[in-house]
Amino acid sequence: MSDFTSSPTIDLTMTADPNRADYRVISEMIPNGAKVLDVGSGDGALIALLKQEKNIDARGIEISQKGVSLAVSKGISVVQGDADKDLFHYPDNGFDYVVLSQTIQATHSPETVLRELLRIGRHAIVSFPNFGFWRMRAHLLLKGEMPVTEDLPYTWYDSPNIHFCTIRDFFDLCEKADARIEKFIALSGGRRPLPDSWPLAVKNIAGEQAVFLLTRKEK
Amino acid sequence: MSQSTISNDPFTASLKEARQPSGLVVRFGPEDGLDMAAGAKLAPLQIGYQTYGTLNSDKSNAVLVCHALTGDQHVATNNPITGKPGWWESMVGPGKPVDTNRFFVICSNVVGGCMGTSGPANETSDGVPYGLGFPVVTIKDMVNAQARLVDHLGIDRLFAVIGGSMGGMQVLQWAVSYPERVYAAVPIATAARHTSQNIAFHEVGRQAVMADPDWHGGDYYSFGIRPTKGLAVARMAAHITYLSEGALHRKFGRNLQERDDITFGFEADFQIESYLRHQGMSFVDRFDANSYLYMTRAMDYFDLAREFGGKLAHAFDQTSTRFCCVSFSSDWLFPTSENRAIVHALNAAGANVSFLEVDTDKGHDAFLLEIPELFDTVGGFVRAAADELGLAETA
Repeated sequence: MSDFTSSPTIDLTMTADPNRADYRVISEMIPNGAKVLDVGSGDGALIALLKQEKNIDARGIEISQKGVSLAVSKGISVVQGDADKDLFHYPDNGFDYVVLSQTIQATHSPETVLRELLRIGRHAIVSFPNFGFWRMRAHLLLKGEMPVTEDLPYTWYDSPNIHFCTIRDFFDLCEKADARIEKFIALSGGRRPLPDSWPLAVKNIAGEQAVFLLTRKEK
Repeated sequence: MSQSTISNDPFTASLKEARQPSGLVVRFGPEDGLDMAAGAKLAPLQIGYQTYGTLNSDKSNAVLVCHALTGDQHVATNNPITGKPGWWESMVGPGKPVDTNRFFVICSNVVGGCMGTSGPANETSDGVPYGLGFPVVTIKDMVNAQARLVDHLGIDRLFAVIGGSMGGMQVLQWAVSYPERVYAAVPIATAARHTSQNIAFHEVGRQAVMADPDWHGGDYYSFGIRPTKGLAVARMAAHITYLSEGALHRKFGRNLQERDDITFGFEADFQIESYLRHQGMSFVDRFDANSYLYMTRAMDYFDLAREFGGKLAHAFDQTSTRFCCVSFSSDWLFPTSENRAIVHALNAAGANVSFLEVDTDKGHDAFLLEIPELFDTVGGFVRAAADELGLAETA
């Protein structure tokens, strides 16, 4: 399962946005026919991909009018809403998988959102940009400025991303939010999965993005 | 009074349209009445309706359009009284979002209306106008009557039910009363219950009608007269609620009506006054005042959760209908919060639902306007759902 690049179903050119290498990893984590909620579904690209590859039954939540309109016109069910406010209304265990891709850093309350994902879904998949990535560290260390990269092109004052974290930070949040880490993949700067055998400290430096598969810890 | 004068009189013209509509009509016999929520049996029942497009051989491409408070069945045909184009011609027609090259579109006048379906202006089996003797109508009664029409047309399941405002209430009621008969539902700018503020506005309108001495306790038909002043005032007040402050300001501001200065009197100095007076006066020519009372009451009584222990989500339990809800940011009559309450209930019920809030300053009336985000979303939703069912073009 760790070698995602060798899978015959995977072709990076298929994703709507090649920057979203996390889509590949997410698709590998989701079994055929699953019921999936994509929180922050944008124009529906991930759902479209998952429908095509995994024949999933999918719903989305998206904050932008344009994203919702585009997705709905592609036949994807999307509700215009806000991860911070609207997850509350979804029933417990309503979905097999709830996906939050590249969105947790833009939420007001990542812990609450994470708990909601685990309540609504039997599994949660969370992907985010790793602020511990070596280029981020180098940018801050050498330039003394908040990092601005190709993937995160915002300046600190106009960024929608208000809660950045590192992979190590996210481990802590999972502990606090009673999330069990079933699987965790770090993607390199070249957007390839880093070997599972590498230690966390190394992945936290070499990983540009991370994708976590989580379940709820039973108390 | 000569015959020709009578037939040109708008009163006579609208009464004729109520009783013998110029469009399609189906009449159910005295033994085949409609059981109403108020306890009465409405018989005989007649339903005035229009259709557009072609019903396919397996009768799977029917779309029911539900009209709003003062709308009618003439969605995409000229109104027989005003001669004006249909009220949703931008949405319904060949190549339009609700494409009549692909769908068989049905729209019927609601029960209690005045365009050919049984209502207070119609006559009882004894040949006298119902007036206030007509049973109070609910949204559910309207939907049950539509179901009779759909049965009459031999259609088992509707591909889609679509409507805005009071039409949206009917869409929701359809999905709850006949879940297995609705594949896709598009409730627009609506609510699952009428709010206190909305009931308040309706009460103002009804009181205006009933305060008009020409109303005669609802029996004005016998006097050959109509409570035009009261109904016009009701329409003027209601019309304000269909717009937004921003839209009114943009359109009229404080502009004066064909004069250079204020006149220190009570003529229509301002354009907005003149506009509202025109809206009021043109409305009374085409609408029956008693129907207005019944329609507003039906909306006031609407509370979808009531039969489900106050839990709206329970109304949608196990629904397999797919929903596409739309609201408008400046609509303060059916605000986004009310539409979102429907969406939240559908989410809680695990239903398949899409929801869009369209950003516009056009207020409640936005649902009748050609707004790209509305058209793209509704058109896209309907098209995608039809693709999934494999509905082909019929024309």
